[in-house]
Amino acid sequence: MTEAVVGLSRLQFALTVMFHFIFVPLTLGLVWLVAWWEWKYVRSGNEKFLRMAKFWGKLFLINFVLGVVTGITMEFQFGMNWAEYAKYVGDIFGAPLAIEATAAFFLESTFIGLWIFGWKKLSKKMHAAAITIVAFGTALSALWICLANGWMQNPVGYTLRAGRAEMTDFAAVAFNGTGWLIFAHTMLAGFVTAGFFVLGVSAYHLRRKNEVPFFKASFRTAAVFTLVSAVLLVGTGDRQGVRVAKHQPAKFAAMESQWETETGAPYTVFSWPDRANERNAFEFLKIPKGLSLMGFHDGSAVIKGLRDIPRDERPPVLPVFLSFKLMVAFGFLMLLAAFLAWLKGKRGRLESSPRFLRLLVWLIPLPYVVIQLGWIVTELGRQPWIVYGLMKTSDGVSAVLAPSQVLLSLVLFTLVYGALGAVDIYLLARYSRRGPAGARPDGGHIKASRILEAEGGRP
Amino acid sequence: MTFAVVWFVLWGVLWAAYFMLDGFDLGAGMLYHVLGKSESDRALIRRSIGPMWDGNEVWLLTAGGATFAAFPAVYASMFSYLYTALLIILFGLIFRGVSIEFRAKMTGTGWGKVWDAGFALGSLAPALLFGVAFGNIFRGLPMDAAGYHGTLLFLLNPYGLLIGALFVALFLVHGALWVALKTGGDLAGRSLAAARKLWLVEVGAAILFLAATPFETKLFDNYSAAPVLFLVPGLAVAALIAVGVQARRGRAGRAFAASCAAIVLVTATGLVGLYPNLLPSRLDPASSLTLFNASSSPYTLKIMTVVALIFVPIVIAYQVWVYRIFRTKIAVKDAETDSFY
Repeated sequence: MTEAVVGLSRLQFALTVMFHFIFVPLTLGLVWLVAWWEWKYVRSGNEKFLRMAKFWGKLFLINFVLGVVTGITMEFQFGMNWAEYAKYVGDIFGAPLAIEATAAFFLESTFIGLWIFGWKKLSKKMHAAAITIVAFGTALSALWICLANGWMQNPVGYTLRAGRAEMTDFAAVAFNGTGWLIFAHTMLAGFVTAGFFVLGVSAYHLRRKNEVPFFKASFRTAAVFTLVSAVLLVGTGDRQGVRVAKHQPAKFAAMESQWETETGAPYTVFSWPDRANERNAFEFLKIPKGLSLMGFHDGSAVIKGLRDIPRDERPPVLPVFLSFKLMVAFGFLMLLAAFLAWLKGKRGRLESSPRFLRLLVWLIPLPYVVIQLGWIVTELGRQPWIVYGLMKTSDGVSAVLAPSQVLLSLVLFTLVYGALGAVDIYLLARYSRRGPAGARPDGGHIKASRILEAEGGRP
Repeated sequence: MTFAVVWFVLWGVLWAAYFMLDGFDLGAGMLYHVLGKSESDRALIRRSIGPMWDGNEVWLLTAGGATFAAFPAVYASMFSYLYTALLIILFGLIFRGVSIEFRAKMTGTGWGKVWDAGFALGSLAPALLFGVAFGNIFRGLPMDAAGYHGTLLFLLNPYGLLIGALFVALFLVHGALWVALKTGGDLAGRSLAAARKLWLVEVGAAILFLAATPFETKLFDNYSAAPVLFLVPGLAVAALIAVGVQARRGRAGRAFAASCAAIVLVTATGLVGLYPNLLPSRLDPASSLTLFNASSSPYTLKIMTVVALIFVPIVIAYQVWVYRIFRTKIAVKDAETDSFY
């Protein structure tokens, strides 16, 4: 009974949080670009930037709403499906969630309404300030969520008292290095996602010679933004590796499929875990001391192997290992693509590279895949713990639930999310393809139904 | 202990603020098809809540987050015991939010009707089920040391449904008055007329609530212990009467203000009676979750009090500011234009 509830609840949490995180990264990144262009408009008075803020802002909004509504599910689910967890750690884990709502979520939700409907009600500066506040709100929101997650990875600032984990040091929770690193890595991943989104949509139009100055300007800004973010993303990834090696040796060993504890462990470029025999089926191309360098920035450091970790405390090796390797490989691919985009944009060679432009359109989904892989490493790599070293996932599930209840909700979430996700992606694609044609440079307003008419739809 | 009392009060304030604020946009959503005779009426109704609904909904997330942080055991029990009811509320809120956004992006297509329905039903479900949930909390949940013994059907007892109906009626009047306040002409007139009619339902539900509560719940124990507390339901009744009087005089603004007070005071009537329980048991008083046995540690409550004292006033300040910016009535041409084109 309970085992089924644990399995279904885990599946449901994974489904809902991964779906939530299809929409959040673009929100986290695109909002800064929109704010940037709106401020450029305020400073220069150049209508091109206003059109850019409006066009990209509209796509931002289509994406934004699903991030918001699927976020409510996350907050509810800790209590609905993980009641024992909520009881055990609520004293310390509830605080960052409550702070997120009070200090961050209010900001973004209130000011987004002001921004959407305030074009004619506010001065230009106030209006640009509104979207900037939304940007800070989203970042602050991400920070507190990452601090909550960081506490699950590396619990700090608590003591066990009265049968639960009680907070003893708020500063330790708020300045938990694990959480801050996750935050930095997550934000930068969001920036890269938004960067590739803008690059891809711009490339689509540039290839068709549509609104060339508009999309060239969008492309150039996005290229710099993406390249800088991608470099920093790799850097924060490296720092996270060090952090994981120190605080979560089981996760680190699973990421690299390291079975033996070794001093000065080499980095194995190609290998395949064989869980049954607790070794790798094959290993190919070893870089001496590479793994110790990666984990501890010290070639002679000791790397703990999976064999020295009790079987019931090991994460599932293959999915963590594969996700990690693919994340790293795709991550460097993104870095390369971002560099090429920046270079070609800088040299003015965009129109003469139709194949590269087409490639950029195809690369829009890549950051999304990389981000999901990254979260699989982080969350599946933490298993079997719900709070690393403190509470097992199987002990955190709600005691009162029947498997049928969770199965029903899981099916409903799958259907509803599937349908809403499809509509949202359809809308994003449609409005992206349409381009900024409707956003008139004179700042005038025309009815949305007129656009549809022009497109051949029913008014 | 003292901090736990502070957080009980704050918990109540957050729920009351949520019902007062989201109440009018849930109400407007429920009345969307009733009041919105034409496409331009419906555009006006959508636009009347457009800038605010998202910010209003955060009061719910804050109430939820505060329950988690200050009363973890209450959060865990409430959300897992009422699993299916919360699931329906959740889907209601999801459909509603998505409908409002997608509706604007798919005008003129057959999809418009789907999102219109999502908006209306997504408004009704949370209004009704939050009422049902609080009605059952007032009544006590079937829980003891062994856990919870209820089902979704158990929640749909007459008293739970009565409170559900009360919430729906409160929000309908609230929403109708909001639309009357924010729009002009024919739509405003019809909204005010609807508010006057719905007010009769609201008063009926409120009378039944006051009459049934002594029999169905222990809420009145606190009131008999300290009769001065009867001031709270007394003021609630006064506010409800003021809603009707002002609506009849055609003063939508004053009626709406009275309706805000009525919602807060009705919520307070329930929570004053509930104190010090947050989740009482109807099987075994020893299993009730109270602010004494379900609160976080004094340290956590102290931290959270500081956080609340800093941020809640800031939130109120900028939300008031945003409401002031959008205080004028909405013109039809504004409701129908998309400022992103």
